[in-house]
Amino acid sequence: MSATNVVTAFILAVFSYMLINNVVLTRFYGICPYLGVSTKVKSSVGMGVAVVFVICLAALVCYPIYHFVLIPAGLGFLDTIVYILVIASLVQLVGLFIKKYSPSLYKSLGIYLPLITTNCAVLGVVQENNALDFGMSMANALGTSLGFLVMIVLFSTIRERLNAYDAPKNWKGLPIALITAAIMAMAIMGLTGMIA
Amino acid sequence: MATNTIARSQHKENFLNPIWKANPLFILLLGTCPALGVTTTVENAIGMGILFTFVLVGSSVLVSLLRKIIPEEIETPAFILIIATFVTIVKMLSEAFLPELYSGLGVFISLLVVNCIVLGRAEAFAKKNGVLDSLLDALGNGVGYLLAITSIALIREILGTGTITFGAVFTFLPKIVLPILKFDGVDLSIPLFAKPAGAFIVFGVIEAIIGVFTLRKAEKEAAAKREAILAAQKAKAAALAAEKAKTAEAAGKEDK
Repeated sequence: MSATNVVTAFILAVFSYMLINNVVLTRFYGICPYLGVSTKVKSSVGMGVAVVFVICLAALVCYPIYHFVLIPAGLGFLDTIVYILVIASLVQLVGLFIKKYSPSLYKSLGIYLPLITTNCAVLGVVQENNALDFGMSMANALGTSLGFLVMIVLFSTIRERLNAYDAPKNWKGLPIALITAAIMAMAIMGLTGMIA
Repeated sequence: MATNTIARSQHKENFLNPIWKANPLFILLLGTCPALGVTTTVENAIGMGILFTFVLVGSSVLVSLLRKIIPEEIETPAFILIIATFVTIVKMLSEAFLPELYSGLGVFISLLVVNCIVLGRAEAFAKKNGVLDSLLDALGNGVGYLLAITSIALIREILGTGTITFGAVFTFLPKIVLPILKFDGVDLSIPLFAKPAGAFIVFGVIEAIIGVFTLRKAEKEAAAKREAILAAQKAKAAALAAEKAKTAEAAGKEDK
């Protein structure tokens, strides 16, 4: 494969992971923050950016750990335990780093960082990457996390307007938000098969 | 004897509360990812519920046994490690004995590590309570979650495929296909419900139905509160009037 082919394949894979196999709406990772942190646009942007940051970093760190440490040592079955420890410590480290070098960024992202340890999107992507090569796993990390960012920001803008809408009392809040998510998922379904 | 009955009712409460009144999925809205991700078929949902209950019971009992040994500073990492151990056990067991379930649930078995219910019960209950209470609490939460995801799966499988299939995942059972919306060449199924969008719709409608009951309950409670306040005010006014009458009477006597 020539260099341009590799680049096109990478970009196509990123778009496929970002939109067609969207992380929240078709693969169902990270529903908790998607429903929980999407009531305000500002906080959803913060959460989304923090997730992009952590997923890309976690994929970058976990790939060599799995392929150059666990597999040669015959410990492939320990992947889940190792990954969750790596992700938890990574999140802690990133928090400390941002706090030291950019207090203003820490103020806006800091509160979301501890929540990300228990975000299934991070562990889900890293687990999926076990079966992929390096380029594809980076495409998966980048596409998935960008897909999360786009969807949570779109969802929060809709939810801010839904608050002003006069829905029946028992549908207010979460039920109507879930129906909104269903309509968004239907829109995403329309893209199925666009990239082979 | 009296303390015994109190303890027994407490045990019962620990077990039954999470099944109905504080259902982890429908009322507390925890663990939503697998609830939407693996509920395409009833069998997958039941399998997930059983694996989930096993992980929850194992980790809760172990956390409760070690609650006086684990230092407070490293509590959360220690809990995560305990949970991850049980998840690995479950993963290996299901891969060996139920390969269809293992491939059907896919990465969601690994994702039990970051399930909010499992970590939440360890943090909120097992680290403060004895082994028996933790076991009952974990069992209650497990059964409550199992019932919740099975009911979502039931609706989705019937509406999405028109049939309910048993024996495809649990291969030791005889294979049975129950046609419910499919008969005599008529097919009333709506494939959308087997797709991701259907999961959101089913969950949203269930939440809205639960919303009716919680609203009604809240209204009843508010009405009872109002009535209690009114009654208290009336009693107060009556007491005041009685006092006034008494003082007036006393004054009248003095006048005489």
